Amino acid sequence: MQGGPENTTTIDERHSSRVTFEVNGEPRQVTLDNRTTLLDTLREHLDLTGAKKGCDHGQCGSCTVLLDGRRVKSCLVFAVTVDGRSVVSVEGLAGPDELSPLQAAFIAHDAFQCGYCTPGQLCSARGMLDEVSRGWPSAVTDDLNTPAELTDAEIRERMAGNLCRCAAYPHIVAAVRETATSS
Amino acid sequence: MSTGAVGRAYPRLEGREKVTGTARYAVEYPVDGITYGWAVPSAVVRGRITRVDTSEALASPGVLAVLHHGNAPRLAPGPEPELWLLQEPTVHYRGQYVAVVVATSLEAAREGARLVRIDYDAASHSTVLTDDHPGLYQPDHVNPSYPTDTAEGDFDAGYAAAPVRVDVTYRTPAYHNNPMEPHATTAQWHDGRLLVHDSNQGASSVRATLAELFEVSPESVRVVAEHVGGGFGSKGYAKAAVVLTALAARHVDRPVKLALTRQQIFGPIGYRTPTIQRVRLASDADGRLTAICHDAISQTSTIREFAEQTAVYTRSMYAAPHRRTTHRLVRLDVPTPFWMRAPGECPGAYALESAMDELAIAVGIDPVELRIRNDTEVDPDQGRPFTSRNLVTCLREGAQRFGWADRDPTPRARRDGRWLVGTGVAGSSYPARARPSSARATARPDGSFLVQINATDIGTGARTAIWQVAADALGVPPERVEIHIGDSILPTAPVAGGSMGTASWSWAVIRAAQALREKLRDGGPPTGEVTAEADTADEVGGQPALPRYAYGAHFVEVRVDADTGEVRLNRMLGVFAAGRVVNPTTARSQLIGGMTMGLSMALHEEGLLDERYGDWVNHDLATYHITGCADVESIEAYWLDERDDELNPAGVKGIGEIGIVGAAAAVANAVHHATGVRIRELPIRLDKLIGVSDLA
Repeated sequence: MQGGPENTTTIDERHSSRVTFEVNGEPRQVTLDNRTTLLDTLREHLDLTGAKKGCDHGQCGSCTVLLDGRRVKSCLVFAVTVDGRSVVSVEGLAGPDELSPLQAAFIAHDAFQCGYCTPGQLCSARGMLDEVSRGWPSAVTDDLNTPAELTDAEIRERMAGNLCRCAAYPHIVAAVRETATSS
Repeated sequence: MSTGAVGRAYPRLEGREKVTGTARYAVEYPVDGITYGWAVPSAVVRGRITRVDTSEALASPGVLAVLHHGNAPRLAPGPEPELWLLQEPTVHYRGQYVAVVVATSLEAAREGARLVRIDYDAASHSTVLTDDHPGLYQPDHVNPSYPTDTAEGDFDAGYAAAPVRVDVTYRTPAYHNNPMEPHATTAQWHDGRLLVHDSNQGASSVRATLAELFEVSPESVRVVAEHVGGGFGSKGYAKAAVVLTALAARHVDRPVKLALTRQQIFGPIGYRTPTIQRVRLASDADGRLTAICHDAISQTSTIREFAEQTAVYTRSMYAAPHRRTTHRLVRLDVPTPFWMRAPGECPGAYALESAMDELAIAVGIDPVELRIRNDTEVDPDQGRPFTSRNLVTCLREGAQRFGWADRDPTPRARRDGRWLVGTGVAGSSYPARARPSSARATARPDGSFLVQINATDIGTGARTAIWQVAADALGVPPERVEIHIGDSILPTAPVAGGSMGTASWSWAVIRAAQALREKLRDGGPPTGEVTAEADTADEVGGQPALPRYAYGAHFVEVRVDADTGEVRLNRMLGVFAAGRVVNPTTARSQLIGGMTMGLSMALHEEGLLDERYGDWVNHDLATYHITGCADVESIEAYWLDERDDELNPAGVKGIGEIGIVGAAAAVANAVHHATGVRIRELPIRLDKLIGVSDLA
C-alpha cells in the first residue's frame, strides 16, 4: 500500500549532468543528479562497491580512492567535478585475477579483519607511497629539506586518516613497510 | 585422525575478496528496481507526534513514499519493543526512527527526509545518569541471567576490621560501538516471502525476529550476512535497519536498501551504558584480600530493561572471605543500551583492576604480586574449582616478556626528556561459554567435502577457523573442504558474540563430521553425495555448570607530556590463556583488536551527552574519537598453550572479548605510575591531567 501517489517527477536536465571520466583505466559516461558524490557514483551507478561508505563525511577514510593519482575521500568529491579526470578504486589496483604487492601483503600480514575499511586503506597506502616517493613530508618528518625516510612512525602518521575499528593497525603498518621496502 | 589444520596459521579464506573489493556487504548486491530508504530520527526526547506533513517530501523529485506511524505496515508487538518501529506516535528517546523516506535515488531519499515535517508534543525528560537519581532501582536480575546482588560473609564487618582499605569510585561514559560498516539492509518481498541482505552478527536470530514481527513463517524469511563490516555487539540481534528496510520494501512493493548514517547509529542501535562504580577493597598487611565490595550503577531505557552485568567480573576474579556485589539501574529517556565488546566484564574490570592497583600502592607491594597473592583455584562465586585458571601464568609470563622485574613503584619518577614515563598492569578474565548449534557435512563423490552452518564472520576469522576445525574433524586436508556460512538457509547457529561463536559452531561441525564419517564407514565409498547433520542442543544443554573462564594479563607503558598532559602509548603487551587457539594469525588480530579498543576506551572514546537535547553531541567520527593508526606504536599479544577438557570438543575458550577486558585499567594504572595522578573517570584526557596536577 502506497503512502502517497506515485511520484513520477524525475530530476530534470538543469539538475543533472553528463560526466565522462576514466575509472580503472576504462572510459565511463554517466548522467548523474548533480548532488551525487563520486563515492555514490562508483557504488550505485557503476557497481564498483569496493569503495566503502563508513561515514559519508570524510572522517573515516573507508571511501578513499585515487583521483589523478592522488588519494581523495570520494564521499567529499562531487562527481561533476571529476569530468575528464581519472579515478582508480580498489578494483583497479591490480589487473583481473591479479593482486598488487600491497594487496598480497595485506593478506599475508592479516592487515584487516572485517574488511570494510580495507579498500580505503589500500588506496590510501598506494597514494601515500607515491607521496613519499615524491619527497612530500608529513607532520612527523623532522627534516623538511631531505626526502623523508619511511619509518614506522611515518607510516602510522600518513595512514592515520583511515580508521579501522577492528584495529589491524600494526599489521597495516607491517604490510605497507614490506611493500615499500621490496619495491 | 587430525590433519593438523587446527593450530596452524592460515590466511583468511575471504582475504582475496576483501582486498580486491569484491566481497559484498549488505547494501552492495545489485538488485533490479532497487529504491533507497532514508531514516528520519525524532527531534524530541520524549513526547508524542501530533502531525506528520509529508506533502513537501512527496512532491520532491524521486520520492516514492514516506512511511510513519500513520501509514506503515503493522508489526506484531514482539518481545523487542525497540524494534516496534513506525507503529505508534510515542517518542521514547531522541533519535528514535519515526519516519522513512523511500526514493529512486540516494540523493532524493536524503532530500526527502529533510523535507518531512513532524510536529511533537514534547514532555520533560531525564537523560543523565547520577548516583543519586531518584529513579534508581534494583532489577530482578542482570544480563543475561545473573543474580542482581550477591553476598558472602559479612562485608561491612570484614571491611571495618581490616588494616588496609581502599574506597574508590570510577566512572565510565557512554561508548559507541561504531563498526566501520553502519547498520544496513537490502530487503525484497516476493510473493509474501522476505529476502534481506543484512549486516548482523547472527542471521538465524534475525530471521526469527523478522518472522515474528511480520507474522510470517520463519521458512518464508531468508537473511544473508555473507560479509559483515564489524559489529562489536551492536549487530547482535535484529536491529532497526533491517526492520525499517523490510517495512519500507513491503510498503512500496519494491526492493529497498537502507544504510543508517554514521550519525544515526550513535544510540538507537545500542551503546555501552555509562557506569558509576564504587569499589571497596580491604586486605591484611600482606595484601591478602579480606573484603571486596563492588556497587555498580548503570542506565536503561523506559521501553526495555537492559541490565549491564558490571560487577559480575568481581564475583569470580579474586578471593576474599567477605564479599558483596550490587547492581542498580535507572530508567532514563534514552535509547536502550546494548552489548558492546565484553558487556559487563569490560567496564567492571576497569574498576576492579584499577582498585587493585590502588590497593597495591596502599599495601606497598608490587601489583603483579598482589594479584598472584589473591589468586584462587576455586571460584569464589560458585564454590567449585575452575576448569582451568592460568591467570598467574599469564601475569608471570607477561611480566617476564615486558621486563617488569626491576620496576620502581614510585609514581612520577621516570623522565624521558619532556615525557613522564610509567607502566601499569591489569588482570583479565571472560567466561568461556557455548550455545546449541546445528551443522551439516556433505561428502562429494570427487573426494571433497562441504560444511554448512549459519555462522557469521564479522571479521573474527570465523569462516577460516571453522574450516580448519572441519578439516581436522573430517580427517582430510583443508584444501578439500568447502565452507558455507552467513545465510539463514544453512543449518541454524547462534550469534557471533559473547566469545562463544567458535566454541558453539565448531562443536556442531565436529559432531556433523563425526556423523558423516560414521555413514561413510558403514556405506563404503560414496557414489553420490552423502550428508550428515548434527544438533548440539542436548549435549550443550546437558553440560555440567562449571566455572569456565579465559584469563589474561595486560602490561602497558605510557609516556605523558609534562607540559600538555598528552598521553601516548609506548607499548602494550598481553598474555592470554584462552584454551586452544585454532588459527594463530586471526587470533592475534582478534586479541590486539580487543586490546586496542581498550586503549581507545582509556584515552579516546567518550559519548558526550547534552542534557538539554537528551542526546550525544559528538555523534560522528570527527568528534567521537577512536584510536587511530598513529596511536598504536607497539602492541603484542601472546598466549599460553592451554588444554582444558571440560570446555567443548574443539577445546576453545573464545578470544573476541578477553583482549579488551582489563586493558583500560592497565593504561590508567600506567598513567598513574607516570604522573602520580589517578584519573577515575574515563577517558584520561589531557585536560584532566593538567587540571589536577602540577605536571610541569
